[in-house]
Amino acid sequence: MNDTRTLLADTCARLFTDQVPPALIESAEKGTWPAALWQMLEENGLTLPQISESRGGAGGAWGDAHVVLAACGRFAVPLPVAETMIGAWLLSESGLNVPLGPLTVAPVRPAEKLALARDGGSWRLSGTATRVPWGASAGHVVVLAEGDGKPMVALAQGGIAKAEPDVNLAQEPRDTLEWTGAPVLAAADAGAGLPTGALMLAGAMARSTQMAGGLEFLLSQSVKYVTERVQFGRPLASFQAIQHQLALLAGHTAAAGMAAQRAFAAMDEGDAGFEIAVAKIRTGEASGLGAGIAHQCHGAIGFTYEHTLHFVTRRLWSWRAEFGAEAYWAASLGREVAARGADALWPYLTSR
Amino acid sequence: MATFNFQLGELPPEAEKVREEIRDFLARTLGGTSATKRALSWGGFDREFSRRLGEAGFIGMTWPKKYGGHERSALERYVVLEESLAAGAPTSAHWVADRQSGPLLLRFGTEEQRQRFLPKIAKGELAFAIGMSEPDSGSDLASIRTRAERVEGGYRVNGTKIWTSNAHISDYAIALFRTKVVPDKKHEGLSQFLVDLKSEGIGIRPIIDLAGGHHFNEVHFQNAFVPDDMLVGKDGDGWTQVTTELAFERSGPERYLSSIRLIIELIREVGAEPGERAAVVIGRLTAHLATLRQMSLSIAMMLQAGQNPNLEAAVVKDVGTSFEQEIPEVVHALLGVEPRLGSGKEFERVFGYLVEHAPSFSLRGGTREILRGIIARGLGLR
Ligand SMILES: Cc1cc2nc3c(=O)[nH]c(=O)nc-3n(C[C@H](O)[C@H](O)[C@H](O)COP(=O)(O)OP(=O)(O)OC[C@H]3O[C@@H](n4cnc5c(N)ncnc54)[C@H](O)[C@@H]3O)c2cc1C
Repeated sequence: MNDTRTLLADTCARLFTDQVPPALIESAEKGTWPAALWQMLEENGLTLPQISESRGGAGGAWGDAHVVLAACGRFAVPLPVAETMIGAWLLSESGLNVPLGPLTVAPVRPAEKLALARDGGSWRLSGTATRVPWGASAGHVVVLAEGDGKPMVALAQGGIAKAEPDVNLAQEPRDTLEWTGAPVLAAADAGAGLPTGALMLAGAMARSTQMAGGLEFLLSQSVKYVTERVQFGRPLASFQAIQHQLALLAGHTAAAGMAAQRAFAAMDEGDAGFEIAVAKIRTGEASGLGAGIAHQCHGAIGFTYEHTLHFVTRRLWSWRAEFGAEAYWAASLGREVAARGADALWPYLTSR
Repeated sequence: MATFNFQLGELPPEAEKVREEIRDFLARTLGGTSATKRALSWGGFDREFSRRLGEAGFIGMTWPKKYGGHERSALERYVVLEESLAAGAPTSAHWVADRQSGPLLLRFGTEEQRQRFLPKIAKGELAFAIGMSEPDSGSDLASIRTRAERVEGGYRVNGTKIWTSNAHISDYAIALFRTKVVPDKKHEGLSQFLVDLKSEGIGIRPIIDLAGGHHFNEVHFQNAFVPDDMLVGKDGDGWTQVTTELAFERSGPERYLSSIRLIIELIREVGAEPGERAAVVIGRLTAHLATLRQMSLSIAMMLQAGQNPNLEAAVVKDVGTSFEQEIPEVVHALLGVEPRLGSGKEFERVFGYLVEHAPSFSLRGGTREILRGIIARGLGLR
């Protein structure tokens, strides 16, 4: 990591340590929007790190977004930071202005499609998107939809869709939004810089790094816990069975971190389809395993609402399935690898 | 808590150029080698192959030219290693010497030892064995008992080494002996020696592995004489030196690539348009493989930068060997195929070979449990 990114990581860690106490996450889970926290993030340039300054961003790269999102995962920040970064990317790559405030994106499930229809000089949006993060409460929804037979990006005002609220396991809003010929604020052809399936790719990439960050929390929290908790007259850390479980967790945390980091680097280089599939699969698997180990090492206390472990583990369990679960990405990667043929596996791996 | 320092890295252009060269070399030398033979990976012993590899400049790549090396970077060497493994080249006649014995001599050997051994290793002419384990000392290596007693002009050695891979077909071993018994201090009084395996007083007996193969041995020392000039480093410094050697042994891409042939043949088996279930399996294996490669590459970068990635190497070996061992499991779950060495189908033979050899992956070079202990220490748990 270069110096500015180390600095950025420190800034995030400091800010979130102070500003994201358990009480804030709890109240967000009950439906309160953490407005002050959002404002602080926005003012610090943490919501649009990779967007150019001319569009209101911090002028960095995806590598900077990686640092912020890993921290968001680590501290279970209950805000649509990833969604805002991705929405802003879709807009700015398509030559549209980025509004202030929290954004969300739709559709977020591989099989769902939205449509834009021309209405004189403007466009109208139709279709249903399920499981939209903060769908009912975000200021704006950025959609990737088909219009005139090609992919388009449009900006819809928040609150205009018919919304059916729901949540994921971590009580993060995941709403169904339905538009029927709703007017949009702006629309344009999807920019040439956007890969096919841009939204699903960027979403999977973001969740990968959030998961990798969450795993870091599980590891450090578990190490801390077993060092303090005493049974049979010794700290749990002195038991080999515990040591080995945490060594295993450390291995999967390292693997998840590497996979996520690589995906963001590839995104900055241009073509990241392979790396993002790898990252989503690898971090998802590590998440299941990591959450299991962290809970085992914590005993009953970790299974209570009062303890903070679940703020991260419940997110990991949900994030695994969002923007394409492991099965989705593995099938798509597996088909690609098989189509290239057995003898192309290694040359392909080393060319990435 | 110590955090693990896995950083992304990219191979420099000269390393990618070496990749083209080694691929070309491997394609020419391995030509029509069967998948079954390639599955042996770094278990295959072929002096002729090693000699040609050395001739082409792919052994001792990072060593000084004056010792027959090529003064290339650790990353260029890394590319040669991963390409050899991915191709299933029979590397074992030079692997140990290139990976650990040579570097150990470079680090701790005398000038005379370097001049005597390194150029021949780099030519692919000297095969080395590792004489560490003993019948009563496996994971607890520091408990070894084989004695090397000082005598006129050298040492007199008595005792037994075990599991010594390729001792029967190698030229030398680097062995750890006890030169002094220090009560209650088992890490003291150990020393490393270069042992000429053809010397008098050394008896080598085969141990047949569960697959019926002979690659490891019991090596008996009965008043075997080792001259002074074959002591490596300082008398009594053996423990520090051997841990350095183990770090060389654990840090390479061989710790996650032993089963790659089975993945490649699995892809061939399911065909260009696999069903959903097979596609998911292939995709998942690819994700693990790609991630391990990045992690392994990251270790090579740290070595190149002169850092000491012992902890990270333990992590990659632990995650890597678990992955390698899972591949036959995955095949069992996916396909109704019997692992069989006598099969007429290449895929079933490769499968059979790896099913039988998988248990050794998490034993050799330090067991899973020992590695997890190292990682736990890194986490501050012990
Ligand atoms: C294919 C192969 C090639 C080899 N080649 C060589 C070679 O060339 N030269 C050489 O010197 N050696 C070689 N070895 C030996 C290898 O280094 C040893 O097998 C290894 O160090 C373990 O020792 P052991 O087999 O005696 O098992 P043990 O140490 O007896 O261990 C048996 C089991 O108990 C576990 N265990 C041991 N201690 C602990 C502990 N403190 N806590 C928890 N669990 C523990 C181990 O992890 C293992 O699971 C080779 C081994 C194999 C399998």
